[in-house]
Amino acid sequence: MVEISDIRDVLKSLESLKGVVDTLSDDDDLFEKGLDSFGSVQLMLALEERFDIEFPDSALGRRSFSTIRIIRDTVAGLRQQEAA
Amino acid sequence: MNMHVEVAATVPGAAPVATDAPAGDLDARAKRAAEIAGRHADAVDREGRFPAEAVAALKAERLFGIQVPVSLGGEGASMSEIAEVCAILGRACSAAAMVFAMHHIKLASLVTHGQDSAWHAALMRRIAGEQMLIASSTTEAGIGGDLRNSLCAVEAQGTGDGDTFRLTKEASVISYGAQADLILATARRHPEAATSDQVLVALLADQITLERTSTWDTLGMRGTCSDGFLLKAEGLPLVQVLQKPFAEIAAQSMLAASHLLWGSVWFGIASYAVDRARAFVQAEARKKPGQVPPGALRLAEAANELQAMKSTVVAGLARYEAAKGDPDALSAIGFSIMLNNVKTTVSVQAVDIVQRALSVVGILGYKNGTPFSLGRQLRDVLSAPLMINNDRILSNTANLLLVQKGSGKLLSA
Ligand SMILES: Cc1cc2nc3c(=O)[nH]c(=O)nc-3n(C[C@H](O)[C@H](O)[C@H](O)COP(=O)(O)OP(=O)(O)OC[C@H]3O[C@@H](n4cnc5c(N)ncnc54)[C@H](O)[C@@H]3O)c2cc1C
Repeated sequence: MVEISDIRDVLKSLESLKGVVDTLSDDDDLFEKGLDSFGSVQLMLALEERFDIEFPDSALGRRSFSTIRIIRDTVAGLRQQEAA
Repeated sequence: MNMHVEVAATVPGAAPVATDAPAGDLDARAKRAAEIAGRHADAVDREGRFPAEAVAALKAERLFGIQVPVSLGGEGASMSEIAEVCAILGRACSAAAMVFAMHHIKLASLVTHGQDSAWHAALMRRIAGEQMLIASSTTEAGIGGDLRNSLCAVEAQGTGDGDTFRLTKEASVISYGAQADLILATARRHPEAATSDQVLVALLADQITLERTSTWDTLGMRGTCSDGFLLKAEGLPLVQVLQKPFAEIAAQSMLAASHLLWGSVWFGIASYAVDRARAFVQAEARKKPGQVPPGALRLAEAANELQAMKSTVVAGLARYEAAKGDPDALSAIGFSIMLNNVKTTVSVQAVDIVQRALSVVGILGYKNGTPFSLGRQLRDVLSAPLMINNDRILSNTANLLLVQKGSGKLLSA
């Protein structure tokens, strides 16, 4: 299981978001809250490391990383695929 | 003679009738405009003045509206068709070509992201009808060429309805800012927004004040008149702000349009230089039949690189046309990397090609006012690696490569 709180932990490690993570709802658009392209790459790297997954190129669009809930779903989906 | 002229009844709310496009296809129209641009290119460069004759010719050929959809009074031209016009103009006058390219880069953002806003749809209709010229203000004092961050912010005015806004931007470079009918400017969404939370705002020339803060006296691209301005807008309707986050506008239309259309202008400059070198070598060959002139080898190298440059631009255009209308494809990391690579590759190739061509024609190219002069072209093309600095773009690519996987395929992305 991937919990929303796990994703929040990872977000707190990012320079561009760490100050605001606690004020974000699960559905806030992270790009509107200061996530930029550098930050989103750092986020992907942190998620790959933390959950031992690799994002395929098809999952590297903006949409997969736009909200905390979507990130959780993307990560959970990838974990399931890799377990299968 | 019928002296009584019937005044056509105006149908309330009817769309203005689109003026018929001038004779010939886009190529023919572009070539006529390029002919005029070329005639004035040296004066534009020498005097560092706006290419007014070329812009008037582009308007007469109605080329400023071609990208606007047919339903809004334009011709629905594709990015590739516009790129071809950029290349044709680039051969004649780099500054005029760059003005045309920058106008269409801005228009691409309106066409891609503004059609569901009534205000912006009406604006596009005006752009096509009146051949309005659009300028761009992204560069800002304190931010430089970092497109994806802004300091200035859209400030909603008034407490109750809050329907208007104010904006003050230290715009350190706005090409033809003083001549444009419309400026599209980036700004933070509101005064508390993060520097990367940007929007794109449409500002009509008669709605703003521009106080010149620096003058564009440069090595090349002198006719773009890219002065610095303090831009101020007050009491403008909030509907003029495009609602889509600028991050998406940048990813889905602006970066692609910028790199592909700039690349096409630079291709035009480089191909002109190679043509001059070829004409020079051919003249030498005719003078001494039976011998291959010494410059021919250098010409072969320049032609070789020009072909590689062309392939890069054309492949980029093809990838863009294939991805067009698919936001996921357009915002994929691989797509950004591809576009970044197009820009950094062709901007360097263009400089190299013009330099090689100059070494072929020699002193006649170095001198001004000869049929082989390449000084203006060389000075103009030297802006290519700096126009959004290649180091900035490469470091962005380096960041994206940390997560890209790549397909290893030849024929697909
Ligand atoms: C012909 C022409 C027309 C233009 N017209 C317009 C216009 O109409 N509107 C507009 O807004 N702008 C315009 N510009 C400006 C352009 O878009 C860029 O903003 C500008 O060229 C960048 O200027 P810069 O070198 O000061 O800035 P920067 O990009 O800030 O670069 C400064 C230096 O810092 C280095 N650097 C900066 N960031 C990084 C990084 N992340 N990694 C590595 N190195 C870095 C670069 O190597 C460079 O040497 C125009 C430029 C030209 C040449």
